Amino acid sequence: MTDLSGALQEPWPDLRLQREAVGLGMWFFLASEVLFFAALFCSYAIYRSFNAEAFRIAAAHTKIVYGSINMVLLLTSSLTMTVALRAATIQLRRLTLLSLGATAALGVAFLVTKGLEYYADINENLVPGPGFPLKPAATAIFWGLYWIMTGVHALHLTAGIGVVIAVMTLFWRGTIPVQGSTMEGVAIYWHFVDTVWIFLYPLIYLAGRS
Amino acid sequence: MSEMTLQYAPTEESVATSYLDEGHTVLSWLLTTDHKRIAILYALSITAFFFIGGVAIGLVRLELISPTGWFMTSDEYNRAFTIHGIIMVWFFLVPSIPATMGNFVLPMMIGAPDVAFPRLNLLSWYLYLIGASFTVYVLLSGGVDTGWTFYPPFSSTYSHSSVVPAAIGVFVVGFSSIATGVNFMATVHLLRAPGMTWFRLPLFAWSMYVVSMVMVLATPVLAMSLLLICAERLFGLPIFDASVGGDPVLFQHLFWFYSHPAVYIMILPAMGVVSEVFACFARRRVFGYAFMVYALLTIGVVGFMVWGHHMFVAGQSPLANLIFSFLSFIVAVPSAIKVFNWTATLYRGQIGFEAPMLYALGFLGLFTIGGLTGLFLASVPIDIAATDSYFVVAHFHTIMVGGTVSAFMAGIHYWWPKVTGRRYHEFAAQLAAIAMFLGFNLTFIPQFIMGWLGMPRRYHFYPDVFQIWHVLSSGGAAMLAVAYLMPLGYLGWSLFNGDRAGDNPWGATGLEWQTPSPPPKRNFLRPPQVTSAPYQYHDIGRAREEVEQAPVEGRGDAR
Repeated sequence: MTDLSGALQEPWPDLRLQREAVGLGMWFFLASEVLFFAALFCSYAIYRSFNAEAFRIAAAHTKIVYGSINMVLLLTSSLTMTVALRAATIQLRRLTLLSLGATAALGVAFLVTKGLEYYADINENLVPGPGFPLKPAATAIFWGLYWIMTGVHALHLTAGIGVVIAVMTLFWRGTIPVQGSTMEGVAIYWHFVDTVWIFLYPLIYLAGRS
Repeated sequence: MSEMTLQYAPTEESVATSYLDEGHTVLSWLLTTDHKRIAILYALSITAFFFIGGVAIGLVRLELISPTGWFMTSDEYNRAFTIHGIIMVWFFLVPSIPATMGNFVLPMMIGAPDVAFPRLNLLSWYLYLIGASFTVYVLLSGGVDTGWTFYPPFSSTYSHSSVVPAAIGVFVVGFSSIATGVNFMATVHLLRAPGMTWFRLPLFAWSMYVVSMVMVLATPVLAMSLLLICAERLFGLPIFDASVGGDPVLFQHLFWFYSHPAVYIMILPAMGVVSEVFACFARRRVFGYAFMVYALLTIGVVGFMVWGHHMFVAGQSPLANLIFSFLSFIVAVPSAIKVFNWTATLYRGQIGFEAPMLYALGFLGLFTIGGLTGLFLASVPIDIAATDSYFVVAHFHTIMVGGTVSAFMAGIHYWWPKVTGRRYHEFAAQLAAIAMFLGFNLTFIPQFIMGWLGMPRRYHFYPDVFQIWHVLSSGGAAMLAVAYLMPLGYLGWSLFNGDRAGDNPWGATGLEWQTPSPPPKRNFLRPPQVTSAPYQYHDIGRAREEVEQAPVEGRGDAR
């Protein structure tokens, strides 16, 4: 076993307790995040119940191919993240770094796909405002929510990628020895961002396609 | 969470270096991860904002002396009361007790060397500063005129003031309270000293735990509602735009889903502080400890289900009004339990009228008035008549300012010897406490009266019949200003000239008093062991009377 004391932070006496604390703290933070997204999902539900037909029309213009590719990318990234966590826990340095790299790459691929999708949306003028092509008026609410929901999700993913790269760098340079305590919070967060997408996907891409 | 033994760095007695002597450079403060130093940083920043917010409302009260105004335009008037609201709610009241006393005392109370995530703790202060600088920018760029509530469509479409910077400031500072909340919850779960079971936690620790829960679950909804306003204002995404089928009332739901619990974010810590103070200065065990805990939890939970009472006249369905009204009455039950239990704690106590106790007694009276007038407003027919009147203004100021600020001052005075190692001037503090109570009532009782008579809130001009009440209220505000400034003077003086306090000047129980004043970096000289329930004052009696001769080694929970 390598010396793991470099990974221990104040005020914890050992890594086991520190890992428990990081996990617990992250879960509390995610409770907060759930409420953050809940405000959006709640708005979506209310407006969809008010304007069912408009939401059906509006959602039919979403790009399901991009959305589905992204679904595959993100679910796969959760797999690589799980591998990274398990590998770090048993201190397999190279496998940890490889899986973290794969996770970050899949995340970036998601953002690129999302960018292509945004480009296509903008070309069709699907931004509420002058020249917005859809009728009735309430379709603009769907597209307003679309931009905010996917935008906020993409920001969360970007933050996740940043943290994954940061942890990789710390492990790479040996600033922190490879072990699970550091990874615990990162992994839980990554899966959360992934889970949000699992909820966004049907609301955005499937709502107009029944 | 599992029972465990914490290993403390100083395992045996060591020479104490106080946390204040762990470095004297500015950087040693700005980069500190010591919860005690972060508490001081927070205290300085929120005090600055308290006085900025105070100047804003001082100008408003001056202006309202005349029924037709005399030195402000209506636009300036709107901006003055808005910035007062934004600063006082988010930059003073919400962080007030948790970020200062919570940060300083909570880890010590539970026998921990620090909070669970010290660097996150420092980050939360920097988030506060970033949010605060947006607010300062708003001030310099001419202010914002939406009222602190940011209601659309005015905020999203029509206002020509700095709505977006103001919203961003509040958004960012919200994450500072989420960070504090996450930190405190993990701390209470995992860092309690051996023997410190959940039902041996002092009530202040409980109040910090419950308030953290509310912060973590409510604040994100505010963040999202402000994000939606910004999206609509900046990018024209029509979420609340009624012309395409959006619903401005939805914003009110989201906003009050946070902002009603926010009132509990302000008052729960206050309840925690006065529970400590009443027990200590009446030399009594807190009456009905278990019920005090349940009451805190009930208020925290039911507080999430009453937000609709802010929207009785906003077009909610009558059924929703009925339900929200009923739940609002329900939340009064645990509040009443607390008031009765505090009163019962005082009964047959050996009451000392030191400044913390005077402030706490002021809290008790004002919280009761604020709570009872809240019941008026929880009733739909009365609220429909009183909506947006000064009665509402007076009600929530009595809770948020009368209650929370009184308790804040009680806590500052109570823990001052622990934080600084010095005694403050007792008589000056007693005077300030009394002036604050009188000034507060002189400010807000006239507001209750004129509100009941029909004076609407936020109006710049008003009929002559209300002038007498406005003048009285402004006089009270001047008195309050003096009462708020006094502590700056005598507390500042005590920093340099106050008598040395000793470890436990009040003869109080609780782990935070079982360590030197000011405490060492890791709080304790030896690992604390807890062997009994809190508030064992019956054994000690009125030990403070002998303090003058021989400093009492505090006999509390730790033996």
